[in-house]
Amino acid sequence: MTTVALEKPRRKRKVPPVVWAFLAVPALVELGMVFWPALNSFYLSFTEWNGLGAAQPVGLENFRNLASDETFRGAFQNNVIWAVGFGGLSVLGGLALALALNRPRRGVGLYRSAIYLPMVFSLAVTGLFWRVQYQPDGTINTFLGAIGLESLEKQWLADPDTALYAVLVAAVWRQVGYVMVLYLAGLKSTDPLLDDASAVDGASAWQRFRFVTWPQLRGVNTVVFAVTVIDSLRTFDIVWAMTQGGPYHSSELLSTYMFQQGFTFLNLGYASAIAVVIFALALIFIITYLVRATKEEAA
Amino acid sequence: MSTATLTPPAVDTADEAPVNRRKRGWGFHAVMAPLTLIWVAPMVFVFVLAFRSFDDIAARGTAAWPTSFSFDGFSEAMGRGAMGRALWTSIQVTVPAVLLSLLLASWAAYALSRFNIPGRRLILLTMLAGNLLPPQILLIPVSRVMESLGIYDTLVALVIIHVGFGLGFYTFVLHGFMRSIPAELTEAARIDGAGPVQIYARIIMPLCRPSLAALGALATTWIFNDLIWAITVLRTEAKLPVTAALLNLQGGYVSNWNVVAAASVIAAVPTAIVFFAFQRHFVSGLLMGSTK
Repeated sequence: MTTVALEKPRRKRKVPPVVWAFLAVPALVELGMVFWPALNSFYLSFTEWNGLGAAQPVGLENFRNLASDETFRGAFQNNVIWAVGFGGLSVLGGLALALALNRPRRGVGLYRSAIYLPMVFSLAVTGLFWRVQYQPDGTINTFLGAIGLESLEKQWLADPDTALYAVLVAAVWRQVGYVMVLYLAGLKSTDPLLDDASAVDGASAWQRFRFVTWPQLRGVNTVVFAVTVIDSLRTFDIVWAMTQGGPYHSSELLSTYMFQQGFTFLNLGYASAIAVVIFALALIFIITYLVRATKEEAA
Repeated sequence: MSTATLTPPAVDTADEAPVNRRKRGWGFHAVMAPLTLIWVAPMVFVFVLAFRSFDDIAARGTAAWPTSFSFDGFSEAMGRGAMGRALWTSIQVTVPAVLLSLLLASWAAYALSRFNIPGRRLILLTMLAGNLLPPQILLIPVSRVMESLGIYDTLVALVIIHVGFGLGFYTFVLHGFMRSIPAELTEAARIDGAGPVQIYARIIMPLCRPSLAALGALATTWIFNDLIWAITVLRTEAKLPVTAALLNLQGGYVSNWNVVAAASVIAAVPTAIVFFAFQRHFVSGLLMGSTK
């Protein structure tokens, strides 16, 4: 532990017992509610279990079955589309809005509040808000009809070709404000003098962004990237609220498929195997986030 | 409104010529104003829909210009739709869960930040890592743990899992803040004979009030908005909090859009209140642990 060596000697006192208790209570709660269950999921993923009696160890069978499970593969593909679409659109939107709303001027506060307001609603509420828009005589179809594009009208959430993207739009709508807030904070910590200096030197707006601002946002980018990927692997509520993965699994994500297998069909071993896959995919990004957090701690 | 606090001091535009600024301002508002309107349109639309009557919607469609005004949607959602009861359930879960999370997190953060506990960095990062785990890997075992504790399908179980799952993040953020409190302050108190508990209660906690407020605002919306934990540890429909009750209601009122819209407004209002009341704290809470 490098930090211990740097501590001032006077803090190297014995830790009083009551302080140990201060640490032990929360640590035990987290151990019991998070780490112990997580370990159990790994064990369960190698078993077959319907919740009654004892779990039967089956080795790697669950994972082999996953590999040949069409629905799982579809959910996996959808999750990749989701991660790219959800991450890409909310980062592009959030960054663009942060750049537009970075400099103080009249109305900026109002615009910012309006854009991050959706973030306070639950994903379930967001899902319902958008279900209302998507329904056959809802705003989206009515709007398309009004501008003469009747041919594009459809049952957005009931059509296997559009369901996933319809849910994606709703999720991005809610996420953009969050990403914007992160980038606004990042932009605040960039050096305005560099920007001004390059403007004086005749750099265009794009050049100033690309070569002056963007490199200074590296730290924020790492966090935004890790957070959006972790979020997209966790995504459950909004899909559950809008389509429950349907129609015909067309908007199924790994998380919704896992929930169905576990809590609807009680294939607890199989569901745990899906959860382990989700964990494995998230791991690299969790580590990215933790490395970043470590740097911050050390700073 | 407290939006002003989000805006950095207006120095960097001062050197531009006023004419230039006004011209650029028009273009800016010409893009931003419509965009913002589109952004809030879905909310406004649902809000309006909630106050229309069933007959109006059935006859003219959800997207038509409203010609009716009624509270039927709300009274139906609050009464038979059970949103009133669900709202109360959510409050019963959220308040203790937020208070308990912050209390336990502040204990851990205090121990880890002010005392020379061996391996404290590792402990802190492990706790944070727990919060980053995908909940899916916990769902099945957690519901089993709750069963074996005999609290499955109770609100106590929901409170406990919210506390357990959130602790790592809250501890990490509070640790960062507590570490920045100068050692001289607590050292002076110690020399005057204050014990670790007194230093925690009289010095550290009062100084942490801003970060506790920010985390509290954030935790309130997270816990209030949760769906997955609620449907994992609760079975009885009458015990479901707002988010889950909203989805059930939607199944029961398939084409009663005014009821569905009213119920979503009811579910959205509490977090919107928290947001407007604590906007400053809320935003700084979001930034905690993500950027500095």
